[in-house]
Amino acid sequence: MVLSLRKKALKKSLFVFHLSTGSCNNCDIEILDCLTPRFDIERFGITLAGSVKHADVLLVTGIGTLKNIERVKKLYQQMPKPGFVVAIGSCACTGGMFRDGYTMAGPLDKIIPVDVYIPGCPPKPEAMIAGIVKLLNSIK
Amino acid sequence: MAIIKIFGIVAGSFFIFGLIGIMSGWFDRKLTARIQWRVGPPWWQNFADFIKLTGKETVIPEGANQFLFLAAPVAGIVATVVTGAILISGSFFYPLKWDLIIIIYLLMIPSISIVIAGASSGNVLASVGAGRELKLFLSYELPFILALLVPVVKFGTTEVAEIVKLQHIYRINLGYLSGFIAFFVGIIAFMGKIGYVPFDVSEAETELAAGTIVEYSGLSLALFKLMKWILLSVGISFFVIYFMGGFSNPVVGILKYILVLILIVLIKNTNPRLRIDQILKFSWGWLTMFGLFAIVLAALGC
Ligand code: SF4
Repeated sequence: MVLSLRKKALKKSLFVFHLSTGSCNNCDIEILDCLTPRFDIERFGITLAGSVKHADVLLVTGIGTLKNIERVKKLYQQMPKPGFVVAIGSCACTGGMFRDGYTMAGPLDKIIPVDVYIPGCPPKPEAMIAGIVKLLNSIK
Repeated sequence: MAIIKIFGIVAGSFFIFGLIGIMSGWFDRKLTARIQWRVGPPWWQNFADFIKLTGKETVIPEGANQFLFLAAPVAGIVATVVTGAILISGSFFYPLKWDLIIIIYLLMIPSISIVIAGASSGNVLASVGAGRELKLFLSYELPFILALLVPVVKFGTTEVAEIVKLQHIYRINLGYLSGFIAFFVGIIAFMGKIGYVPFDVSEAETELAAGTIVEYSGLSLALFKLMKWILLSVGISFFVIYFMGGFSNPVVGILKYILVLILIVLIKNTNPRLRIDQILKFSWGWLTMFGLFAIVLAALGC
């Protein structure tokens, strides 16, 4: 019973940590859009955490550059489990328009396991919310 | 027998102030959201956060002092709960002769526990936060004590229950000019104690990640959040008892509580974060000056 209660609480209160691995910064701006009055994801209990130790979800944008691989892995290990990874934007999902770049070391799922992919360049806030809902439904 | 009773008071204080604190924390979030033209979280949000955090992994960083790292939030919770117990027992069971002094001391411990938490977690950002918290502590403690001294000067007693009684005989503290000034000085200093926005330098999310609590996760983070919530409810109850005549009429008492809470949230939402040197100047300048002025007024009897 306690376990199911905790699962339920986890679904209702996700703290997200936002990590940019060589993105063009547009996806990051769209993530912040989700917090604005128009979309207001705090009503679903989702808040932006300042430190990865507080987070349940790692929102990763960008292709994952050579310089960033180590950091991404470390941050993933530091995130207290149960934790999830969401790849945001075409860059993180496939490499997008930077796939032939000389710093390309991704896409993200080559570096760490990814739970949800949200494509788009940049994805709309609605798409991100839909992705998070899919993540919530996948928590069993 | 007395021991069982005291234990019961402490446990009751934990549950009462814990629940009120969690709800106050939610009220704060909701009101903040409404001020920012958002909808805001539902009423059980803080319960969900707390339960979720207890179920998560607790990571202890490599360079940390394990004992202090885990003991800091517990010490803070114990101090706030005991403060609440003293308030309860002072109003209903055993009035203590010097409980004001004890309360002032106990209310210092949460800040010290935050400093210890930051210093023991072995993280650069956390130690910067700990340093800032220490300076913050030095700056607001003087005006806080001055503000609490005003009713003592006026009524000539350091017993909280006695002060409440005298407020019923004469007038509530807020009704005097000196008490009015002291109340606002005390509230602003108290906002430094709970680290609300104009004084949130030690936890500044945008510059220090999460400052002093950056390394905390899982259960220890949940305990820190609980400490903040209990401190909020205990502090506001203390102000209601000490300056506004207490909870002798429960409905009016709850209204007073909500009024003070709204005041704090409004101050929080209409002010930008101050730099630590600005805080020091403001507290040792304006706040202390007003505190001294209020004491002089109280001595003159207005
Ligand atoms: S997906 Fe598009 S918008 Fe997002 S980081 Fe890549 S290039 Fe920028």
